[in-house]
Amino acid sequence: MMARAAFLVIAGIAVAAALALVLRRNTVHGALFLVVNLGCVAALYLMLGAIFLAAAQIIVYAGAIMVLFVFAIMVLIPGKEETGPDPRRTWRLLAAPLGGALLLELILLVVGRTAAPAPTGAAPSDNVAAIGRLLFTDYLLPFELTSVLLLAAMVGVLLLARSREGSAEPQGAGPEASVRGSAKPQGSEPEASLR
Amino acid sequence: MIADLGIAFGRVVFVMMFVLNLGGLLTWVERKQSAIMQDRIGANRASILGLRLFGLFHPLADAIKMLTKEDFRPARADRFLFGLAPFVSVFFALVAFASIPFGDVLHVSGREIPLQAVTLNVGVLYVFAMLSLGVYGVMMAGWSSGNNFALLGGQRAAALMISAEIAIGASIIGVIMVYGSLDLQSIARAQGELLWGWIPKWGILTQPLAFVLFLTAGIASTKRIPFDTPEGESEIIGYFVEYSGMKFGMFAMADFLETVVVAGMTTALFLGGWQVPYLVAAGFHFPWGATLALPPLVVTLLQVGSFITKVVVMIFFLMLIRWTLPRFRYDQAMRLGWLGLFPLSIANIVLTGLVLLATRPA
Repeated sequence: MMARAAFLVIAGIAVAAALALVLRRNTVHGALFLVVNLGCVAALYLMLGAIFLAAAQIIVYAGAIMVLFVFAIMVLIPGKEETGPDPRRTWRLLAAPLGGALLLELILLVVGRTAAPAPTGAAPSDNVAAIGRLLFTDYLLPFELTSVLLLAAMVGVLLLARSREGSAEPQGAGPEASVRGSAKPQGSEPEASLR
Repeated sequence: MIADLGIAFGRVVFVMMFVLNLGGLLTWVERKQSAIMQDRIGANRASILGLRLFGLFHPLADAIKMLTKEDFRPARADRFLFGLAPFVSVFFALVAFASIPFGDVLHVSGREIPLQAVTLNVGVLYVFAMLSLGVYGVMMAGWSSGNNFALLGGQRAAALMISAEIAIGASIIGVIMVYGSLDLQSIARAQGELLWGWIPKWGILTQPLAFVLFLTAGIASTKRIPFDTPEGESEIIGYFVEYSGMKFGMFAMADFLETVVVAGMTTALFLGGWQVPYLVAAGFHFPWGATLALPPLVVTLLQVGSFITKVVVMIFFLMLIRWTLPRFRYDQAMRLGWLGLFPLSIANIVLTGLVLLATRPA
């Protein structure tokens, strides 16, 4: 009973935040609403007993990725009055059918399985160890492939940042800028961070 | 049921009051300590009925001053976020302490009372997550002020805190590897073991490099000198230029609270948490064979006292650094974070792994 009420409240906030993200014109507000939404999803994980997942969700999505999003929006995206109308306005026409298709798929999925899978018997008190074991046994290949993908992305970013070094404009005083400053430890850094 | 609720409530209130009051007291400590270090007298004017108590009433006077000042909001500010930002800052600094244990599990009349506000088996990650969410308050403050200088201050703060948090996260991993848990309570308990029969297995001994890295990154994440480029109250303009009154006070308070949290984390991870050397549940067991039996309540009190003492000493040390070192330039702080702390943390992880592999019991 309590759990149901809590779920309804959290899910309600999550949906409201997601709607606000789409409907708000102010991009910074939108991004902050997305943070609220991610926090609600973490709370739902918490209610399911997946404490580690909830913590990871907060740290990775809300604490790291969204901080960079908000950072970039605040620095790089000026107000509407400075940019004028969006040049790719017509692309928005695509949004409705694509979103509709996604919604349809979701509805089909939900309708397809009415009975929720029963929770596994063991109380997930120490799910950190369980997740770790799964990642390094059953899901080793996807796990390693993901790390290779991230490594490739990181090297790509370094390359993009480096190629601009010749031009006169010193772009952005972010973390990348100082990494770019010295050449020596760059090679070892991205590799090491994934290990 | 009622008793359980009461105990849970008591634990939360104890931690909250501890952090809040320590944070408030730090404004006084900061003034008096700096005065002693610089051969001054320091704040001593506030008095109640002629009673001055070494300036202890100054935090009170500060609070009254801040609350009665005009709460100004710039015309171009984003109304909602401008008001929300200081609360976000203080909130996440305040809740971060919740999973840090201040004592061992207490057994009273068949009840087990864990001496921490919340028991979490991912306590380390929880503190880390709350610290990383604190960035939003600062960024919101900078952006919503409608002032370009505040925005730049907010950006500096965000960049600094992100680089500090990455170093914090990477340096903690070595500790987690040694003690094999993400639960701060079991990490603290594991630090009560003895190395070669007589050295307490505290984190500062098993992970000395991680201790230095964590402390440096921790100071950076509190945005205080020597890493105060986001604020720079006296010379450069920071993210809270447009704030006045208690909202300004809340940002200052958030920094003090974060200092308490960093000191608490350092204590829990590296200084043995609530451990007193050679004190086990039954009393003292010295390595040379002597024992001293103590009642459980005395043991618990000693442990809680030990935790509080360590936190206070740690805070004193952080303040010492704050009044000793000059400010890092922004790019120097960034370079230290990304080219100094982070690679060293990674090296520490690799080294720890190798040592653990070599010393593993077959």
